[in-house]
Amino acid sequence: MSHLPRVLMKGNEAFGEGAVRAGCRHTFAYPITPQSELAHFLARRLPEIGGVFVQAESEVSAINMVFGAAAAGARVLTSSSSPGISLMQEGISYIAGARLPCVIVNVMRGGPGLGNIAPAQGDYFQAVKGGGHGDYCQIVLAPASVPEIIEMMILAFDLADRYRNPVMVVGDGVLGQMMEPVEIEPGETRTAPAKPWATDGQGDRPAPNIISSLNIVPEDNERFNLDLAVMYAEIRRGEQRCEEYRLDDAELVLVAFGTVARVAKAVVDRARRDGIRAGVIRPITLWPFPEDSVKRAAARADRFLVVEMSLGQMVEDVRLSVEGEKPVHFFGRPGGLVPTVREVCNEVKRITGVMPGAEDVPAATGVDR
Amino acid sequence: MPKTFQRPQALTDKPFHYCPGCTHGIIHRLVAEAVDQLAVRKKTVGVCPVGCAVFAYDYFNCDMIQAAHGRAPAVATGVKRVLPDRVVFTYQGDGDLAAIGTAEIVHAAARGEKITTIFVNNAIYGMTGGQMAPTTLLGQKTTTTPHGRDRETAGSPLRVAEMLSTIDGAVYVSRVSVHSPRHVRLAGRAIKKAFEVQLSGQGFSVVEVLSTCPTNWGLSPREALKWLGENMVPVFPLGEFRTPSAEEAIEC
Repeated sequence: MSHLPRVLMKGNEAFGEGAVRAGCRHTFAYPITPQSELAHFLARRLPEIGGVFVQAESEVSAINMVFGAAAAGARVLTSSSSPGISLMQEGISYIAGARLPCVIVNVMRGGPGLGNIAPAQGDYFQAVKGGGHGDYCQIVLAPASVPEIIEMMILAFDLADRYRNPVMVVGDGVLGQMMEPVEIEPGETRTAPAKPWATDGQGDRPAPNIISSLNIVPEDNERFNLDLAVMYAEIRRGEQRCEEYRLDDAELVLVAFGTVARVAKAVVDRARRDGIRAGVIRPITLWPFPEDSVKRAAARADRFLVVEMSLGQMVEDVRLSVEGEKPVHFFGRPGGLVPTVREVCNEVKRITGVMPGAEDVPAATGVDR
Repeated sequence: MPKTFQRPQALTDKPFHYCPGCTHGIIHRLVAEAVDQLAVRKKTVGVCPVGCAVFAYDYFNCDMIQAAHGRAPAVATGVKRVLPDRVVFTYQGDGDLAAIGTAEIVHAAARGEKITTIFVNNAIYGMTGGQMAPTTLLGQKTTTTPHGRDRETAGSPLRVAEMLSTIDGAVYVSRVSVHSPRHVRLAGRAIKKAFEVQLSGQGFSVVEVLSTCPTNWGLSPREALKWLGENMVPVFPLGEFRTPSAEEAIEC
């Protein structure tokens, strides 16, 4: 079988392709727009390679099937979009509490409630602050292109297994639906590390394994939580990832993730043509938040502008990282709209007062926070 | 002198925490005996519920998973789809299976998941303090139906075995009881048969086991067994509701 060096691939399919390359052979999911092609792709692809795709009766069931498959030792995936991810929160908390590795894709759409099926980033808080009950953290990755989706999916499975913790990969309707060229690397399939803790039948082990998130004695549960805290601190130290774009001499630092980061880069290119020294920090890990990069930038930049497809959520983490050293501005389009380059340029003009060529936009568009 | 009766290998040595007179211990033993008789302990994965049997992982001497409330059939589905040659069972109470987990049990059956469910029906929520269950009898007093379950406001008991028996993927569906030594013996046979159906790869199998809750029923252990036989069995008739076509029916 010959492979083309590059193929055009849809973002949603790339989530599936990345999972397959990561060695994932089990996916449990419930249909929801705008991530449907992901399920279509894996329902076709997984059986071809000895894998399993199960359409669950709900997102609640899907995440608990993931719980079971992860307990059995598999690299396992589920995928959904915002309302479905809300339904999974109980299960994600149990997965974190049972120390199980898994990967969850959220192709975010406009909310709250049924909202719409347009691109949005309003699930940032839910993803990075622990959407379910209890003290837990999940690693959150935010690719910004179709090739990077594949890369992030492979990383997601590796991080999940390394830390025995759920990893969420977030996209949005734009990223899911867009097509970009992807390099085909034949034979690149990872396998999961050994999982001696898995409940896969006692076999030759001296004793049965138990997977549980129950610690009925408060002192035991506190110890478990403190052990988690040690691991979370290790992740915070070691796993921050971001892309720094034209940042070295930047006076104005735009912070944006996913699709919006592409807009931010275009704004920076235009601003620099107009004489404004601007740069971008693009968080790739939303949790752990790349606070080291933001802190370094805060030492030399004049101000920050956070751009999101929400009412302003990541901006709080930027402000926590900047610690009041510099002004942090916000511009967002919530509810399913993508900020345009022109809108953000106008915001740059408004906060710097020096952007020739930017046009005024009606005050009603966008949110200034 | 040869031993004629001993603890099943599929049970650990840990003493049960269940209330005096509770029949969970008997049912645990029946499940463990079936696992022993079929010699599958080392390839068995059990999934326990939220409820009185939440600590079942301490008692069953095989790999065990503790699932979220009602989600055991979904968890078991995940295990079985990864490891199709293992024996996978869920052990669930009536609140877990017949209320919050109704969707999970119905669809595990509909998919014909090759798992076995032991459904313990004692007509009440035990662990949380004796509230009304979906299987609470009409007129039965509970902490949330202090004047007795009223059909008008609280509906009527859910007959799970009958409901699941309408589903093609549910290959073996039976209801048994443990209120007398004879019934305990028949229940053991049904549970073993359910595991055999799983091993044969034909589909989903479930045994509903009528059980007591002396503590929350406000009865002595002996009175509770009598109450079960006199009040629950007429509402929840015993028997096999669905068997594999080639199988001969057994008494329940």
